[in-house]
Amino acid sequence: MPTLVEEPVVTKLPDLSNEEIARYSRHLLLPEVGMEGQKKLKAAKVLCVGTGGLGSPLALYLAAAGVGTIGLVDFDVVDSSNLQRQIIHSTADIGRPKIDSAEEKLKGLNPFINIVKFDTMLTSANALEIIGQFDVIADGTDNFQTRYLVNDACVLAGKPNAYGSIFRFEGQASVFATKEGPCYRCLYPEPPPPGLVPSCAEGGVLGILPGLVGVIQATEAIKLILGNGEPLIGRLLLVDALKMHFRELKLRKNPDCPVCGTNPTVTELIDYDQFCGITPPVSVSGALNNGVQQISVTEFKHKVDSGEDIFLLDVREPHEYQIANLGGFLIPLGDLPSRVHELDSSREIVLHCKSGGRSQRAAEFLQQAGFRKIQNLAGGIQAWSEQIDPKVPRY
Amino acid sequence: MKIHIPTPLRVYTGKQDTVVVTAATVGEALSRLTTQHPELQKHLYTEDGKLRSFVNVYLNDEDVRYLPEKDTTAVTEADVLSIIPSIAGGGAAQREETNANLS
Repeated sequence: MPTLVEEPVVTKLPDLSNEEIARYSRHLLLPEVGMEGQKKLKAAKVLCVGTGGLGSPLALYLAAAGVGTIGLVDFDVVDSSNLQRQIIHSTADIGRPKIDSAEEKLKGLNPFINIVKFDTMLTSANALEIIGQFDVIADGTDNFQTRYLVNDACVLAGKPNAYGSIFRFEGQASVFATKEGPCYRCLYPEPPPPGLVPSCAEGGVLGILPGLVGVIQATEAIKLILGNGEPLIGRLLLVDALKMHFRELKLRKNPDCPVCGTNPTVTELIDYDQFCGITPPVSVSGALNNGVQQISVTEFKHKVDSGEDIFLLDVREPHEYQIANLGGFLIPLGDLPSRVHELDSSREIVLHCKSGGRSQRAAEFLQQAGFRKIQNLAGGIQAWSEQIDPKVPRY
Repeated sequence: MKIHIPTPLRVYTGKQDTVVVTAATVGEALSRLTTQHPELQKHLYTEDGKLRSFVNVYLNDEDVRYLPEKDTTAVTEADVLSIIPSIAGGGAAQREETNANLS
């Protein structure tokens, strides 16, 4: 297959110094890489979107392999709960911007490479400009809006996307948006409605899994640069870490795809929050979110302290209840339809979960089922821990 | 035949990762599945009965949408159906949490 580094024949590839030759000797000994391949790696520019669970191993291996320019996009800071899987950051980095922490580790690993930092969220306004500066994009983001944004920007800019995503013990990887192959929208034309697929923060994730999947993304990025091997184009790799089972599914380029099809309807970047049905958060007490009244943790505490009769319903999972609870009655969101008869609709019910997302959905369900006196605890048990009682552990 | 249930949907199948059904076609297998686990219906299908666009159903390694006979394709005991939903996780809990709030 043709190499993805632009005009490799006319543009002279960069030379390697003696130090670089010594460093990359195990690559140089591989006929599939060799001097030419290593120079291609040095000339290549790879953008890592996100420096989290997937981005950590991905960026580290790209740096070790000698990819000459690595771009990092992230606006987040390191949190202690990241360290279970985001191995590019360390304990001393808690509170630091992730791109600064990542840059330090990558330069420490390989001083011969350039790091380009983008301390921003990738948006429709900046994505094409940022992605346009790179040869290969590695999508390690964590939400559907950015997934579709990265995909569409890659298709529009003509850049391949080494894709990976994870949930609990399962991962998916592919290479999207090459000229001949399918894009993410060929596989998933539309995102699920918000809340249907739980996030990793709600559902958890095995810390090692992003390592497995991120390293697959790095492998694909390097193969694309070398122009060697068989990239995961038109194939979706499914990883089940619990069973340690790898499967492969065929993907087809959809001729009716709105972005990469024969008559595309998406010809510029759109509003991806709107596309994914995301509405701005409502946290003000008394405000309505999709018809459900919200209550702040402060107001809830006030009501409890003043002896009001409130039934607290916790819609998280039993194992989360074991980590921390507010003494609420536990019915996990998924069990609510079959256990709704256990609730007394004449009582005032406040629902909570970890951060307010699942309890909002539970409240919407109860409202549809005819419950009238229900309120959603905005920010959930996390907000309670932050604003009311720090003895309640955050997780 | 076996139907593989992905992690996000196992909450609707009593935590089972595989559901075994007896069916002659892909469509029949899926309909047996949603009869056994009615909660799955609305997660797999729209109100007018179309498979949701963020869910893919594969017969072995082929997307059912691209099979010539689609969901009337005949199946045997040895075939495996897989439901492949979109997942978006990247392991960056901070932003996930924001999105959980947003939803």
